[in-house]
Amino acid sequence: MSVSRYALSVWWRNFAMYRRTWKLNLLPNFFEPLLYLLSIGVGVGAYVTEMGGTSYVAFLAPGLVAVAAMNGASFEVTYNAFVRMNFEKTYAAMLTTPIQPDDVLAGEVLWAVTRASIYGGAFLVVLAAMGLAPLPAALWALPLLPLAGLLFAALGIAFSLRVPNIELLNFYFTLFLTPLFLFSDVFFPLQERLSGAWLWLAEALPLLHPVRLVRHAFRGEWSPILLWDLAYVLAVSAALLALAIRVSRRRLAA
Amino acid sequence: MTASAPVVVCDGVTKRYGDRLAVDHLDLAVPPGVCFGLLGPNGAGKTTALRMIYGVTRPSAGRVTVFGLDVARDTRQVRARLGVTLQENALVEALDAVENLRIFARYHRLPRAEAERRIEELLDFLELRSHAGLPVRALSGGFQRRLAIALSLVNRPELLILDEPTTGLDPAVRLALWERVRELRAGGTTVLLTTHYMDEAERLCDRLAILAAGRVVAEGTPAALIRERVGAQALELAVAPGDEARVLDGLDGVRRLRSGRRLVLYAADAAALLETLRARHAAGDPAAVVVRPANLEDVFLALTGTGLEHQP
Repeated sequence: MSVSRYALSVWWRNFAMYRRTWKLNLLPNFFEPLLYLLSIGVGVGAYVTEMGGTSYVAFLAPGLVAVAAMNGASFEVTYNAFVRMNFEKTYAAMLTTPIQPDDVLAGEVLWAVTRASIYGGAFLVVLAAMGLAPLPAALWALPLLPLAGLLFAALGIAFSLRVPNIELLNFYFTLFLTPLFLFSDVFFPLQERLSGAWLWLAEALPLLHPVRLVRHAFRGEWSPILLWDLAYVLAVSAALLALAIRVSRRRLAA
Repeated sequence: MTASAPVVVCDGVTKRYGDRLAVDHLDLAVPPGVCFGLLGPNGAGKTTALRMIYGVTRPSAGRVTVFGLDVARDTRQVRARLGVTLQENALVEALDAVENLRIFARYHRLPRAEAERRIEELLDFLELRSHAGLPVRALSGGFQRRLAIALSLVNRPELLILDEPTTGLDPAVRLALWERVRELRAGGTTVLLTTHYMDEAERLCDRLAILAAGRVVAEGTPAALIRERVGAQALELAVAPGDEARVLDGLDGVRRLRSGRRLVLYAADAAALLETLRARHAAGDPAAVVVRPANLEDVFLALTGTGLEHQP
């Protein structure tokens, strides 16, 4: 891997574009977790006396922070990266300059991490304003946002570098991200509904780990299992990025 | 590297994609300070050859040297000193010309003050200033193309590579771009371009190489290629393929080219040839006769064929 400071040039290109269009981009992503919070958290939550030892809306809020980070990173490395690569020829133009394929990949991942942090951070601000982010404990969620972003940037880029047409990205969202969203401890404590081998199998779900990390941060609690969550996020990200490097060199420098 | 050493050298360069041979033992030397044209039908391997020259694609065999450096090894150093305008404009359409130029200056990691100075120069050089503040998507194809060329000049390249620079542009924009290319060349920039426009190649290029099926089939100055490959003048006739033998009877040495019902004969003196044919009533429809100087298009068609069946 020969990542260099040129990766920052790639990041800056996306940032320069985002700076111009952020209002259009931020609002839909901003509203999505908010709508879930109001409908499921406040609405359905009114019929639930408690979940995981807290009010339902307090249970749901940290999970949605992790989901916001997941979505921020995922859109960037799937649809946006696909358009840049195949339609706008952005990478082809970058590769006429000293930028190398590894820089492109690193810059894109770095940018996806940035977007994840912006989305997760913006939602955190909303939660704080609604009194649903206990301060200062919830601030521990801030360093977790880039981690969640890294995981989903790695997952998404490893997938979208391989697909030949943009329609296939729909599969990634409907068959992968949506099930993750529904079954990763966000809406109910998965661990209480599963037993035996299923309990172990559930640990393979990527979103589960950022959700558990953020929820513990909100509660200001530490648990040894968080070490496993951190290890999972870092190891899976590293493995997928190693794979993505190989694929990107082949795709970008064919 | 001495002053006269070639800027680009392709030495037995081959590129294979699976079973398909895109470039086949390409040997090429681009001297410094010239405008060098790479011609050839679609699929001849022009773009692949360019991609290997600026190092985004590795040759399957052979070696590309640019500025005396091995492109495969010193990719970053080589690319820092060259500029490439791709066939398709790669612009950020939501941003304006200045912002697009700044992005490219970042790609080259130019210091900010230096970048701003060069952007100012390029806004004038490519006449972008009048609409420099508008989002690129609102601007004409000609403006977008000029901006794309400006992007590839932001690092003041010693070698400028243009892949079909004027395709789809109106005549006025083409003329203006040719003038800019001439100015760059006069300033010492070496230019390597591909084009499908033979008039562009003839007027702009000092030297040409014609590619067919991944190989160089002819190389030289436009004038020498025309003289050697076809002759000074062309005589176009409307003659059915069945009558061709009668027309050419006794004219064994004459070079000819057929495209549908049109037959083109090449000669040092086309008017004299026409008289000969008329004398034996073999000139076909008189209204369809054209006598003209031979041009690069004749060379191109003679070397690469007039049929479409070989094009992928």
